[in-house]
Amino acid sequence: MSPTVRSQNPIPAPARLVPGVTVSIPARTTGSQPLTVAADGAGGAPRPVIEVSGLAKRYGEVEAVRGIDLTVLAGETFGFLGPNGAGKTTTIKILCTLAKATSGTARVAGFDTATQRDAVRRNIGLVFQDTTLDGYLTAAQNLRFHAELYGVPKDAVLPRMRQVLDMVGLWDRKDSLVSTFSGGMQRRLEIARGLLHAPHVLFLDEPTVGLDPQTRSSIWAYINELKGREDITIFLTTHYMDEAEHCDRIAIIDHGQIVAIDTPEALKASIGKDRVQIQTADDQAAITALAGTFGLDAAVHEGAVTFSVASGEQFVPRLFTELGVPIRSVSVSRPSLDDVFMSYTGKTIRDAEVSGTDAMRQMAARFRGRR
Amino acid sequence: MTMVTDTATPATESAIVESIRVAVPSHGLQHDLRAISIVWRRELIRFRTDRLRAVTALVQPVLFLFILGTGLSSLAGRGMPGNVDFKTFIYPGVLAMSVLFTAIFSAGSIVWDREFGFLREILVAPVSRASIVIGKCLGGATIATFQGIVFLALAGFAHVPYNPVLLLTLVGELLLLSFTLTAFGVMMAARITQFQAFMALTQMLVMPLFFLSGALYPLSGLPGWLTILTRIDPLTYVVGPMRHAVFSHLNLPVAAQHLLAPGLTWAGWPVPVWLSLGIVAVMGLAMMTIAIEQFRKTE
Repeated sequence: MSPTVRSQNPIPAPARLVPGVTVSIPARTTGSQPLTVAADGAGGAPRPVIEVSGLAKRYGEVEAVRGIDLTVLAGETFGFLGPNGAGKTTTIKILCTLAKATSGTARVAGFDTATQRDAVRRNIGLVFQDTTLDGYLTAAQNLRFHAELYGVPKDAVLPRMRQVLDMVGLWDRKDSLVSTFSGGMQRRLEIARGLLHAPHVLFLDEPTVGLDPQTRSSIWAYINELKGREDITIFLTTHYMDEAEHCDRIAIIDHGQIVAIDTPEALKASIGKDRVQIQTADDQAAITALAGTFGLDAAVHEGAVTFSVASGEQFVPRLFTELGVPIRSVSVSRPSLDDVFMSYTGKTIRDAEVSGTDAMRQMAARFRGRR
Repeated sequence: MTMVTDTATPATESAIVESIRVAVPSHGLQHDLRAISIVWRRELIRFRTDRLRAVTALVQPVLFLFILGTGLSSLAGRGMPGNVDFKTFIYPGVLAMSVLFTAIFSAGSIVWDREFGFLREILVAPVSRASIVIGKCLGGATIATFQGIVFLALAGFAHVPYNPVLLLTLVGELLLLSFTLTAFGVMMAARITQFQAFMALTQMLVMPLFFLSGALYPLSGLPGWLTILTRIDPLTYVVGPMRHAVFSHLNLPVAAQHLLAPGLTWAGWPVPVWLSLGIVAVMGLAMMTIAIEQFRKTE
């Protein structure tokens, strides 16, 4: 879709449009680790843009993050996948300098998030889970305030604003009050705002949470187009499996620890088994029988007896003849990220969400209390 | 593909850049001033769009002046020295009150904004915490002073003359008071994460501040314990000079002036107006500094 959008809204060559403002961020070249963007044949491997080692965060008794190591390369779209309360938002807060790690280090765009906060802040864009737009202002006013906060040169503001608003399809609504925008439009505007100062890394904390499926897919279309157009690294958190598929690499996080980190394809391939779910007359008897007869480890997930087995289709006929427990239905599926999640954490992400939902309910109660 | 010239590292990295590269400058005084101005302007925009708040904030001082003031003047009427209307007497105090709530509640919006709104955007921007707090204090001071000016327009109903010098003096004192009150509110808001807790705490503090300020009674001839309490209340040091300003523009016999606007004393020593206002300014600056320190601490 990006080629058509581009041809409909041709954007004049930026260098010609705003001569003299196309300079790099000064601090970048003076930083201890000057950043170069993904090599396009010019030479060398892509540089790490985010480097995290031994990162831990403790809130009193609660260990939100317990020792995370990861590296994100320039130009990557990196997904942090995990249930609510797994430590995703805490990690993003540390990377964005909003929280201090209890131990460990994190470098973003070559700068230390604890000691070089301003340098980090200059180089990142952030889209929060809850909107931080100012509903009293128009879309354009929100962007102008943002441009001023980041010290974007005056003559670059308008062309850049047009570019990012075109990208998310909101240029014609720039003079509308943000309070009149739908949830999806607000999220798109926030993404545009996060890009306005041309950051090296864009952090998206649950970019599509609370949006309807259609809006979610349109947000992803914008993000994918953005990857083609901007020279940017994207770090996002999500608890939607289908969103994780959009990422170049994902890290699965559970209870504050990374349990797996690789490309979605490699993670799925690593499972090597199909997932079988059966509905039976007696689930407990079925689990016992599966263990006894086939040596399979089964458990009830999402209301069905679930287990993994190589070559699922060939296994099903044996199941009917040998299980000895009446079976009402069978479903066999190829490994998905759900299975990856399950194989590494021992539960499906929806199982994990049960506790997450409680946490959210508490948050909602707090939220109401603040009103 | 567009070539973008990069002054620092030419050619190589710019080849794949197809967007407008903008420079985000590093820190500077100018940048901080800009951040202060953003926070300040945003406060004004919010006030302008929220007219209901402006109207409701006016209700309380109007009640005090016209209901309480009128009711008590029938009682105090004949006993008032120099035939001064009781409304005139309490007008400076009620004027101070008119900025009290606006200033503190504008600071209170920090509690909400920090978790769910605009302030989070500013907190991740490359601007100093100091400029955020200063912008907030100045913003709150400005809108509270506006609120005070609206109430100042009602001066005639309390037989306070519309003398330009008097009005300017009062506006200046209101501005100082509003700044200090907002700084106080911001200092409180920096530590409190729940909005209702902030409201409860300020409600608990605001009325004692008002009642101890001498807004409704003269500060001379009070029992010892009350004299001490009134001298501790920072509001006293603004209400005193404001009453002094109003009464020096009324044609009153000296005796009546002395009785109604006796001026502030510390164990018999008359506190000059400049010192009185200086105390308020220093307190405001001190509270703002504490607030900045609290904002500097990250989680």
